[in-house]
Amino acid sequence: MMEDISSHIMDIVMNSVTAGAKHISIAVEKDPGTSVMSLTISDDGSGMDAEMARKVQDPFFSTKTGRKVGLGVPLLKGTAETTGGSFTLTSAKGVGTKIMATFDSRHPDLPPLGNIRDTFFVLIASHPEIDFNLRYSVDGKDFLLDIAEWRKELDGVPLNHPEVIGFLSNYLDEHL
Amino acid sequence: MNLEELKKIREKAQKDVELRQKQARIRIVVGMGTSGIAAGARDVLKTFVEEVGKRNLTDVIVTQTGEKGLASQEPMVEIFEESKPVVVYGNIDPEKARRVVVEHVVNGQPVSEFAI
Repeated sequence: MMEDISSHIMDIVMNSVTAGAKHISIAVEKDPGTSVMSLTISDDGSGMDAEMARKVQDPFFSTKTGRKVGLGVPLLKGTAETTGGSFTLTSAKGVGTKIMATFDSRHPDLPPLGNIRDTFFVLIASHPEIDFNLRYSVDGKDFLLDIAEWRKELDGVPLNHPEVIGFLSNYLDEHL
Repeated sequence: MNLEELKKIREKAQKDVELRQKQARIRIVVGMGTSGIAAGARDVLKTFVEEVGKRNLTDVIVTQTGEKGLASQEPMVEIFEESKPVVVYGNIDPEKARRVVVEHVVNGQPVSEFAI
């Protein structure tokens, strides 16, 4: 089991990375008017056909030989569905994959959000070649980070340069 | 913290970028499959990234990989160093990760008690 939502995010995004995505968007949003929280992750990775998209949601299926998709998808689906939410996965081969999970934020079994900051931090710092677009708007906070913009400013200095890692760490502490 | 500061970083960092791309001396690879993440691999990865940043190890790259198929030993970490055999560490936590950075990455002495 994943102990918190930020671990779920980490796990799902690893599938996007494995699928060769160059752009990955992650949004965690809570509607201030209702108690619905949503998590949306979309990528431009290799995508899946309909049969594979169905199978990766099944906990008893894995793509081993050299398992490419782990239990992350069924675990997230389980968390969403047991906490009064919903789960949808749409994918197209050659286009990418989009996962959307919603949760009832008042449900007693909803795991805590966990450390979103650390999840964003390690994803960016350990995948300097990927353009992450991150959004966190929960409880009055509205954080947006578009790594493509940073990449432009950095003009060839990689995102995982020690100086940039230090900047990223401070930036997240200050803004997220 | 704003994008202006990123520009300053760019100017400061640009000179050692070429060097770094040509010869990353060491690659630290953290296993981030479902079982690794459930066992705390994110904090291990974070520790490595932070240590490399803090110590300004411009010739070290921290990255991640998927499922390693050895769930009982997660979080697992591999250290790839040019012309040396790969060293695999198991059951790593942030404190052990800091020791690996100091003893192995910086001082070149693999921490045999964590190796598997």
